[in-house]
Amino acid sequence: MPRYKIILCLVLFLFISVEAVAGEKALKKVFFIPQWVPQAQFAGYYLAQQRGIYKKYGIDLTIIPGGPDSPPLDFLKSGKAGFGTLWLSTGIQMRAKGIKIINIAQVLQRSALMLVAKKSSGIKSPQDMNGKKVGLWGPIFQIQPKAFIKKYNLNVKIIRQSFSVNLFLRDGVDVASAMWYNEYHTILNSGFNPDELTTFFFHKHGLNFPEDGIYTMKDTFQRDPDLCKAFVKASIEGWQYAFAHPEETLSIVMKNLQKEHIPATWVHQKWMLDRMKDLILPEDPNIPMGKLFAEDYDRVAKGLKDNGLIKEIPNLTFFYRECISHDEK
Amino acid sequence: MMKNRGIGLKLILLILTSVTLIFFLIFGYNYLFSRRIIIKNVEKNARNLAQATVNRIDMVLRSVEKVPKSLAYFLESSSYSGGDMIDLLHSVVENNPEIYGSTIAFEPYAYSRNSLCFAPYFYKCKGEIEFKYIPYEYFYWDWYQIPKELNRPAWTEPYYNVGAGNIIMSTYSVPFYKTVLGKRQLMGVVTADISLSWLQEIIASIKIGQTGYGFLVSKNGTFVTHHDEHLIMNETIFSAAEARADARLRELGREMIRGKSGFVPFSSLITGKKCWMVYTPLSSSGWSLGVLFPQDELMADITNLNRIVIFLSLAGFLFLLVVIVLISGSITRPLRALAEAAKDIATGNLDIELPTIKSRDEVGNLADSFNYMKSSLKEYIKELTETTAAKERIESELKIAHDIQMGILHKIFPPFPDRPEFDIYATLEPAKEVGGDLYDFFFMDDDHLCFTVGDVSGKGVPASLFMAITMTLIKTKATKGLSPDKVLSRVNEDLSMDNPSMMFVTVFFGILNIRTGELEYSNGGHNPPYIFHKNEDIEPLEMTNGMALGVVENFSYQSKKIVLQKGETIFLYTDGVTEAMNEKEELFSEERLKKDINALKDKPIQEVAAGITEKVKAFSQGVPQTDDITMMILRFYGRD
Repeated sequence: MPRYKIILCLVLFLFISVEAVAGEKALKKVFFIPQWVPQAQFAGYYLAQQRGIYKKYGIDLTIIPGGPDSPPLDFLKSGKAGFGTLWLSTGIQMRAKGIKIINIAQVLQRSALMLVAKKSSGIKSPQDMNGKKVGLWGPIFQIQPKAFIKKYNLNVKIIRQSFSVNLFLRDGVDVASAMWYNEYHTILNSGFNPDELTTFFFHKHGLNFPEDGIYTMKDTFQRDPDLCKAFVKASIEGWQYAFAHPEETLSIVMKNLQKEHIPATWVHQKWMLDRMKDLILPEDPNIPMGKLFAEDYDRVAKGLKDNGLIKEIPNLTFFYRECISHDEK
Repeated sequence: MMKNRGIGLKLILLILTSVTLIFFLIFGYNYLFSRRIIIKNVEKNARNLAQATVNRIDMVLRSVEKVPKSLAYFLESSSYSGGDMIDLLHSVVENNPEIYGSTIAFEPYAYSRNSLCFAPYFYKCKGEIEFKYIPYEYFYWDWYQIPKELNRPAWTEPYYNVGAGNIIMSTYSVPFYKTVLGKRQLMGVVTADISLSWLQEIIASIKIGQTGYGFLVSKNGTFVTHHDEHLIMNETIFSAAEARADARLRELGREMIRGKSGFVPFSSLITGKKCWMVYTPLSSSGWSLGVLFPQDELMADITNLNRIVIFLSLAGFLFLLVVIVLISGSITRPLRALAEAAKDIATGNLDIELPTIKSRDEVGNLADSFNYMKSSLKEYIKELTETTAAKERIESELKIAHDIQMGILHKIFPPFPDRPEFDIYATLEPAKEVGGDLYDFFFMDDDHLCFTVGDVSGKGVPASLFMAITMTLIKTKATKGLSPDKVLSRVNEDLSMDNPSMMFVTVFFGILNIRTGELEYSNGGHNPPYIFHKNEDIEPLEMTNGMALGVVENFSYQSKKIVLQKGETIFLYTDGVTEAMNEKEELFSEERLKKDINALKDKPIQEVAAGITEKVKAFSQGVPQTDDITMMILRFYGRD
């Protein structure tokens, strides 16, 4: 073997080694905070982490469990977390307030918020709600119901609803707010059969306010747009993996919940995962996951403005930065 | 199939099948019946147990309910200062060991226009009574909101109290009101928190057998207590049903949270074992108690009993099998031996020793009869052998007698070949037995030919003896010069003289002068012979009105005389000819005889006799001959 070839080999070997070390070093340390506890609502992120999908995209991710004491917005603002999830309405509201957050992926395509009534209370259509007691959560959860009440010109008595559905179960209110993937299943598993309930999905009443999306601070995006893209792509791949492997996903979800000492049942998490699939996957399979559509944005922003929650509608182009690359189409 | 099997197998199959069937019917009925009784008892006990437990729990809950209720009543009906209220609240927590904590929570700004929230709270902590104001906006919490919206006291869903050491608690809240301008207005809610650990203990103490247990579900179906700790406060009966895809469990849960009570079959959520479950609601909180009764354990007694019954039945079955084998053996063994013996007897071995059968039952009787049959058969065969021998002897003697009788008669024709004046031919066809017909001819002197045909009454040896006597008498009495009537009279005398058996004989006796053709005859009751005239019809000889010989001793017979022309023929016969019978029991008859003779009269006399014999045989067509058939034909030629 000629000498120059040996040298070439050595050089090549050295080059590959350096590349490998550089690859290791290239993993970027990132913190992510979902709005709530590690339930199936966030299964995609946890699965992507667990299955090394983030690593594949060059991210060393740490997930900070969300919850009532850890609002993602604070973590984003303080820089404790690079990425977090927020409702689209919250996102717009914050942006309108001047907080420089941007939406890099609208994960949920449909609103899971709904109203539930017992058929036994005589409520079968929106008009039947007239004169009834309707339980509503805090302001951000009231935009759609209030628009609904306005749309159908209803006269209802609004009762502030806590985070349990017990008041509804005990007939303290006639109509309750519920998330399809959570409280609705709790109602079912408190002994009410679906055929005994009347459901009002806001997305079926022209009030689709898609919820969970991925947010980051504007400067984070400007500093490293590739990281944002990588994070979004890894997250979406995580969701795809979770939907394809529900058993594995659920056992990881259950483990995470137990680690946090949060009471959990398999069937409830399964229901939640199934509903997330319904809410995340676009109806048209040709449309990529995680896209924010202008009409959805406009609808939500207009709703916020009508309710006086924002004064001006932020410009979509500054608010949303599409991170799902075109090659995915 | 069964047809070819032995009695033993048939008995075994039929009896054991029947017994098995009967056993299963009785066993099945008994099992179902006793099972029903046990279930009934279990249900009764279960309901009593559940009710007693529920009553115990209710009693505590009801007594707890009274405290905030009376406090609310006090707040509504009295005017009080803030200090009074705090003291009262303190004493409530201090004096009621069941009550963990108590608060009086006011509506926003209801206690003071300056404070949104006002909720003084006393609670127990490590044996001490602590105090604080509830630090959060409690208005939308279940313990506050539910009684407020329902306008009535309510128990909250059980919850974990982390501060109190992660114990399960429930709060009873009573709304209280103030009447302002005639309008009842909510002022706030009085609560009492209780730990549910005592309740868990009560229910944990329910032990039914090894695996039976009790559990409590809340109004929402959440497990408050359960054998399986993972279920407690974590799962509802409905999520458990969903996890198991058990629609029945879900329906049962719905019944429970609706405050129904019942007793139903159920599978344990832990072991999956079949159980009965009784469920009944707490009247205070609307929670529902379920108690599981493991079926196998409650049924252990009946299962054991069944096992013993089946074992005993199997033993009885085997015992019965042995008994049947023995009984059928005791019947079939001698029968088989008898059958073998019968086979031997059938081959003629009557000396075989029959099996000895001691039993005095039907088989014994059969063996006795068989033995009797064997000896009777032996006896009979012996007698039969003897009789047959005797009969054979008699028959051979009869044959000899017959031969002798036949020997008496002339057999060689023509008997007088040197006498051309006449031709005589006679034939006697004997019946099977020795008969009583006779014929004879002899010369009295050179010119006078005596001839006779007779028929003795009856048959057999006596008749043949009588015939021999008659023939001998006729021969001896027919001395020269005597007329036929004299000869018959003398023969009659001798026959009648000593005739104890009252036999008689008809005799035709004639004397022909072969030179002149003069014929003198006398007839002793015999069929009149026919005479064939030349070229004329035949006719019977004139009667002499004599009667049969041997009847009347001194009867005087008459003679008649005719003269035979050359070529004329006399035909003598016995009634064996005319009374021959055919199948239709018709007689051959004199008319037929006459007709047949007419057809044959010109033939040689031997041919006439043969012709008539043939005719008679043809007529009777194989009907056995019952009487001797005798014919004698005498044709007169005279001297040239």
